[in-house]
Amino acid sequence: MTAQTKIASAFDPQAARADFPILSKPIYGKPLVYFDNGASAQKPRQVLDAMRDFASTEYANVHRGVHYLSGRATDRYEAARRTVQKFLGAAHEDEIVFTKGGTEAINLVAYSYLAPRIQPGDEIVLSVMEHHSNIVPWHFLRERNGAVLKWVDIRGDGSLDIEAVDTAITDKTKLVAITHISNVLGSVTPLAEIVARAHAKGVPVLADGAQGAVHEIVDVQALDVDFYTLTAHKLYGPTGIGALYGKRKHLKAMRPFNGGGEMIREVTHDTVTYADPPARFEAGTPPIIESVGLAAAIDYLNGLDRAAVRAHEHDLLTYAREGLRQFNWLRVIGDAPGKASILSFETDGMHAHDLATILDREGVAVRAGHHCAQPLMERFGVASTTRASFGLYNTRAEIDVMLEALAKARKILV
Amino acid sequence: MDDTLRDLYQDVILDHSKHPRHFGKLTDATNTAQGHNPLCGDRVTMYLKVDAADRIQDIAFEGKGCAISQASASLMTDMIVGRTVAEAEQLMGGFLHLVKGEDASDLDPDDRERLDVMAGVSAFPMRVKCATLAWHTMKSALESGEAAKTE
Repeated sequence: MTAQTKIASAFDPQAARADFPILSKPIYGKPLVYFDNGASAQKPRQVLDAMRDFASTEYANVHRGVHYLSGRATDRYEAARRTVQKFLGAAHEDEIVFTKGGTEAINLVAYSYLAPRIQPGDEIVLSVMEHHSNIVPWHFLRERNGAVLKWVDIRGDGSLDIEAVDTAITDKTKLVAITHISNVLGSVTPLAEIVARAHAKGVPVLADGAQGAVHEIVDVQALDVDFYTLTAHKLYGPTGIGALYGKRKHLKAMRPFNGGGEMIREVTHDTVTYADPPARFEAGTPPIIESVGLAAAIDYLNGLDRAAVRAHEHDLLTYAREGLRQFNWLRVIGDAPGKASILSFETDGMHAHDLATILDREGVAVRAGHHCAQPLMERFGVASTTRASFGLYNTRAEIDVMLEALAKARKILV
Repeated sequence: MDDTLRDLYQDVILDHSKHPRHFGKLTDATNTAQGHNPLCGDRVTMYLKVDAADRIQDIAFEGKGCAISQASASLMTDMIVGRTVAEAEQLMGGFLHLVKGEDASDLDPDDRERLDVMAGVSAFPMRVKCATLAWHTMKSALESGEAAKTE
């Protein structure tokens, strides 16, 4: 009770809800209960307004023109880079590379950093709870360069055993690629410890922060992580933009990713030399309007008490977890201590897709399927799960709606 | 309950999904194929025994999936046994029209009546692939035995 009052005073989800226009849109005549935040979060009007205002008054291409608008747009784009830098606690702004999303950020590291360093038999360590975006780029290196993927299993509750990671790192390991937060289980990995263990053996670490940047307060310098990736659209920002943090020493030593405008120093008929990071990795016209949207989303989050938001999300998770216990036909997958507000479950005699369809008709949007994490589904012996992932604007009352809808689905299907 | 939901999950569908007909392996199959719905990870294996006159003598399927995909597979196997390959493919064409909410007048009236339980799927565009997986897999088995996808 006291805790609840305290949370309410630091962060008011009802007030935040008013910032998100889509939350007042009825779905099949019922209030929208949006629990698919793990897939993509909704956008506050502060983000939408910032993008529209910028496009209406300051837009042009960046880094090219000498004209007024190009200067304005370039300033906004580079200001967005500094916003991301501060958000992640990076030491230097040139350590932030804009990408089209988290997936591209990981592919960039695979191509520009790791591929030239891989000899046949070299190993890449990853956990079984990775999203496909942190698996398939490494499979490419297995197919093309002879890399070996070394999978680290998780505990039954979905937590990661640091000793298991440590054991997997050998003198052949060239990279540890690990999620910060599982998109299916919500498990938070002990990233700082993983980095410490890997560095003790001279191995760099990439962290997939698609979920981590949303739910945790990230400090890449404190973590000492070598690469950290994020995507804007899960962070209440726009689609089409993400960011790669890379330590300056790594970025400087990396070959370019895409070739094109903006990433060169000089091009002749016979030669090409490349720009310094981050421009080296930002070929072509970047997502300029989206960068303004990403910065606005970060500003929006910074305007809230993020620790209180985290406590609110944790309260939702606990409340939902308790509420689901009434259903003896339902099994939650992943109960790791300190996990983020992502809840996956499987049900006896009901398929996730049927469940999600019935919930949808009650206005409740959840994800059903393998969540782009098939090795993890295999680990738990399920084909698919239903996932409710909570964001800052969700409420306990919405969880009650989901619980009622689940009971209803049971009546229809079984 | 919401009428469109009642149309989707009617008793016949739930009965087929809980007690699928022709469920299992066919040891003397002449044609087999695996189908996969990459959206949900569902898989189905279809076994057919086709005779020299191109008639489907027997059929069976295995796999796990949602109520819609299981019911559709069960209903399909019930309906195509005894038909020729050409007739099965023609039926499939009509079925696809039906679940997509298109003109399904190419279906024979009796077939139309039996398949009517699946017509509710057309109100759920996100679920059409669930309903068509077994059919695409059947066609794939008849054609080449290669894996079918609902993509």
